[in-house]
Amino acid sequence: MEKDTVIRIKGLLKQFPIGGQFFTALKNIDLDLNEGEFTGLVGPSGSGKTTLLNIIGGLDSPTEGQVSVLGQALNDTSHAERARLRRKHMGFIFQSYNLLPVYTVFENVELPLILNKVDKNERRSMVEQAVESVGLGDKMDSRPNMLSGGECQRTAIARAIVHQPALVLADEPTANLDAENSHHIMKILSNLNKELSTSFIFATHDEKIMAYLRRIIHLGDGEITKDEIIDNPKAHD
Amino acid sequence: MLLKIALKNLLGARLRTFLNVLVTAFSFFLILFMSAMYDGMLQHAKQVTMDTEIAGGAYWHPEYDPLDPMTFEEAHSVPPSAIQALIDGNKAFPVLVSQASIYPGGRIMPTIMKGIPPAQRIVNMPTDALLGHEDIAIPVLIGKGMASESKLEVGDAFTIRWLDTDLTYDADEGTVVHIMDTENFKLDMGHIWIPLNKVQSMLAMEGEATYVTYGKGVQPVQDMGDWIPRDINYLVQDMEAIIEADKPGAQILYLILLAMAAMGIFNAQVLSIFRRGREIGTLMAIGMTRPRVVGLFTLEGGLNAVLSAAVTLIIFGPILWYFGAYGIPLPIDYSEMGLIIAKRLIPVYTIGLVVSTTILVSIIVLIVSYIPSRRIAKMKPTDALRGKVMA
Repeated sequence: MEKDTVIRIKGLLKQFPIGGQFFTALKNIDLDLNEGEFTGLVGPSGSGKTTLLNIIGGLDSPTEGQVSVLGQALNDTSHAERARLRRKHMGFIFQSYNLLPVYTVFENVELPLILNKVDKNERRSMVEQAVESVGLGDKMDSRPNMLSGGECQRTAIARAIVHQPALVLADEPTANLDAENSHHIMKILSNLNKELSTSFIFATHDEKIMAYLRRIIHLGDGEITKDEIIDNPKAHD
Repeated sequence: MLLKIALKNLLGARLRTFLNVLVTAFSFFLILFMSAMYDGMLQHAKQVTMDTEIAGGAYWHPEYDPLDPMTFEEAHSVPPSAIQALIDGNKAFPVLVSQASIYPGGRIMPTIMKGIPPAQRIVNMPTDALLGHEDIAIPVLIGKGMASESKLEVGDAFTIRWLDTDLTYDADEGTVVHIMDTENFKLDMGHIWIPLNKVQSMLAMEGEATYVTYGKGVQPVQDMGDWIPRDINYLVQDMEAIIEADKPGAQILYLILLAMAAMGIFNAQVLSIFRRGREIGTLMAIGMTRPRVVGLFTLEGGLNAVLSAAVTLIIFGPILWYFGAYGIPLPIDYSEMGLIIAKRLIPVYTIGLVVSTTILVSIIVLIVSYIPSRRIAKMKPTDALRGKVMA
């Protein structure tokens, strides 16, 4: 594997058993993604974006094919090893934020660091840095129910990047946000991508996101229909 | 790490935790209270028997069998000298027992007539009420239960008929001089108590006794002739047998209360896991392994038990203390049912009860926390993230 290849997928097939039959969610997927990419998996609902994202994240397993993430072949790894990979090297951003409702912003962002057994003092400074970077320094002690949708998603971003992962997977991160918040979120993510060299993969059909992407992989009926590199994303102008 | 997260989850959940803990604490309180109450009833029954009847133990005439009234005719003699010495030293008192019939209001009632020294201070009976009634042929002390059954009141006179030592029937008039309020139905139901010298005279058994009860701490005598020593252990064995026979009932009660507590916690855990599916998925997504998530939820259940114990102590502790100190008054008199139950029930909290209940409740809480949490291990993270409810 090349030094800067973060994800390598060969001959991926994913089927789900439904009523004694199999529904094919993904087929013939061959894909390489490199370090620092800002990539979108784009397509209509049911095209397989989230399924592909889940497989890359080790949350789901392929029916056939090889998936290698950060040099680790997911086909050969146990649940625990995949959990470790996610814990150490990946961050997740979800459409509905998935913040723990009983935790404050600080505690939500702190959670991945606790799982990684980061020292308390170091943890505090890392959390503060991450929260500041998404502009929520004044909301540290707020609970999710006291935040707006945009603030919740920014908290989720802080949680995803606090342990400085190599790869962030974002599933429809702006779907629940208005245009202004969506742009704000994407600017934050775009800046983080530049500052941290973290690779970002988005599953989206939001036009606003596409304007920021430097690579767009189009999916249709579970297959890659087009893979385009955007040299000068509009939103970067 | 898990402990820290579990604590955060519990404390962060506030109302949900409070309600879970309160339900568990209430069950905890009920288990402790009911068990302590049961222990208290049994201990009280034993204590009442010892205070009012057994004292330090007794020497029985060899023919005496309290469960067989037919033996009373033969069960009397002058106590052996060593026992008599105890009586003379006020360390023991003799009781002469005989069958008799009384005729209150013209009705016949078979009774056990017992002669007791009115001045005795060894057992807690108001026998001094029998003193100073020289104008009365036979002063009689009865219990409230007997009074109620025979419809006798203080001052009422009735005929007593008995069989004397020559097997001759004789009769005279007895007068109720006092009605005692005793918790020991064995002194009350079917009994009439008469001054010992009067009974000895009635039965023509001067100086004789059926048994001699000695005080607590009195050393056993060596030369007791053919009289049989009956120590406390022997005399309470009936009571202990009743307690032993009652144990399955107590255990069932204990199990029912434990089951109630367990069901409450199980229900709370199942609901919690069903409702927190998305949270479980998120924890898995950010890198928590399934066994750790199972451990986290089990630990939360376990911490529930710890918090419940603390809440039991804080909220229900004063209530437990109050009842332990002042007891609970009972609305009815159980002695008529042949039960030695205090007018006020006082629960007894033994260290054994508290420790065993705490350990048992904690183990059960852990088990009922673990069982629903195991389902997490079978969950697919993608389903959990969608908040998909498990089958």
